[in-house]
Amino acid sequence: MRSPDPFVPSLFRVDRVWRESADTVTLGLLPIQGEIPAFRSGQFFMLYAFGIGEIPVSVSGLWGQGPLLHTVRAVGPVSQALCRLRPGDTLGVRGPYGSPWPLPQAEGGDLLLIAGGLGLAPLRSALLPALAERERYGRIALLYGARSPADLLFGEERGDWSSRGDLQVEVTVDHASPAWRGSVGVVPARISHTRFAPERAHAFVCGPEVMMRYSAAALLGAGVPPARIFLSLERNMKCAFAVCGRCQFGPTFVCRDGPVFSYDRIARLLSIREL
Amino acid sequence: MPDPKAALAGHPFFSGIDPSIGETLAECAHEVSFPAGRFLAREGEPASGFLLLECGTVALELHRPGRMPIVLETLHEGELVGTSWVIPPYRWSCDVRALDPIRAIAVDARCLRGKSEFDPKLGYELLKRFLPLFVQRLEAVRLQLLDVYGETPT
Repeated sequence: MRSPDPFVPSLFRVDRVWRESADTVTLGLLPIQGEIPAFRSGQFFMLYAFGIGEIPVSVSGLWGQGPLLHTVRAVGPVSQALCRLRPGDTLGVRGPYGSPWPLPQAEGGDLLLIAGGLGLAPLRSALLPALAERERYGRIALLYGARSPADLLFGEERGDWSSRGDLQVEVTVDHASPAWRGSVGVVPARISHTRFAPERAHAFVCGPEVMMRYSAAALLGAGVPPARIFLSLERNMKCAFAVCGRCQFGPTFVCRDGPVFSYDRIARLLSIREL
Repeated sequence: MPDPKAALAGHPFFSGIDPSIGETLAECAHEVSFPAGRFLAREGEPASGFLLLECGTVALELHRPGRMPIVLETLHEGELVGTSWVIPPYRWSCDVRALDPIRAIAVDARCLRGKSEFDPKLGYELLKRFLPLFVQRLEAVRLQLLDVYGETPT
């Protein structure tokens, strides 16, 4: 049962917890009452750790397939509290909010998913439906960068993705010891090694903003039109429905008009230091 | 043995090169191969040229006393290994180790520098191809230094 007050969260129970890395977990959440609200890939929910606070977290799974999945890294008081949750614990959930990844728009062409760090979690929610309806897309490529091999997420699932013949997976890390057999380097540099037709490609990018700016520049350099590059922005979202103004980004609110924006819409705003 | 001129023209780094310049470059080039695990260069050694990777991956490594070496970057098929030959004192700034069996075109730096002294067209072509590579690698290093994944996206 959802409260008529948009600030009041619904009560959810932790159904499962998956440890992704030393500081990152995926929470599987089920509502105490009613159904999981319908959401689309790329949208986010506000997760409330009782007595501590609330943060926005993008969905990392699909609607209609099991619990609501959120992947959280312990970096602040609220996310640390969320990462300590165990099966059976409860938390507050409100949402979904924000704009989704434009998967229908990308159909018929190539699809590049470019993830940095925890940014793989929101992009997982775009990759899974694209793979489920693989025939709707041309080439699909996942480019994923992380700080080190120990920070890479969704290890087992990535193995499955890499073994598929219809998905190019490029994983790279910033730092590694010689024991690491994969690529070392930054994600934008891998774009030129990716097989795609720029004139009919869409690129979805999620990660730290600096990494996204560099990736967008590399995509533009490769010939992808700016209107087909989509970034998922992070700002200080509090109310999540464009009332408090904390996430105002020029004439837009990231919580309502984003977090997924086309690059042509925000390129100018990204260059304004004060925003 | 494959024709170095055709191999050079077919490598992404020299894509679209003027045939006459390609011919001059080929006079300084030959095919090489290395087994996995072999060090192709060591830090401080004279940088006698560069490699155009046709197959395989190499790691650029820095050794540290008493600790495991750190991998700075990996370079893959279609990429160029070695820029220390451009600038004096022409010495490798890191180790280069083959992670896989390597097949590459090796270009001799002394030969190339010598020809460039007398052929400004060749020198300018090399400048146009190496300068963007330097900039790309500088930008990549900056991004690595920022440690951007310490931040948390939504």
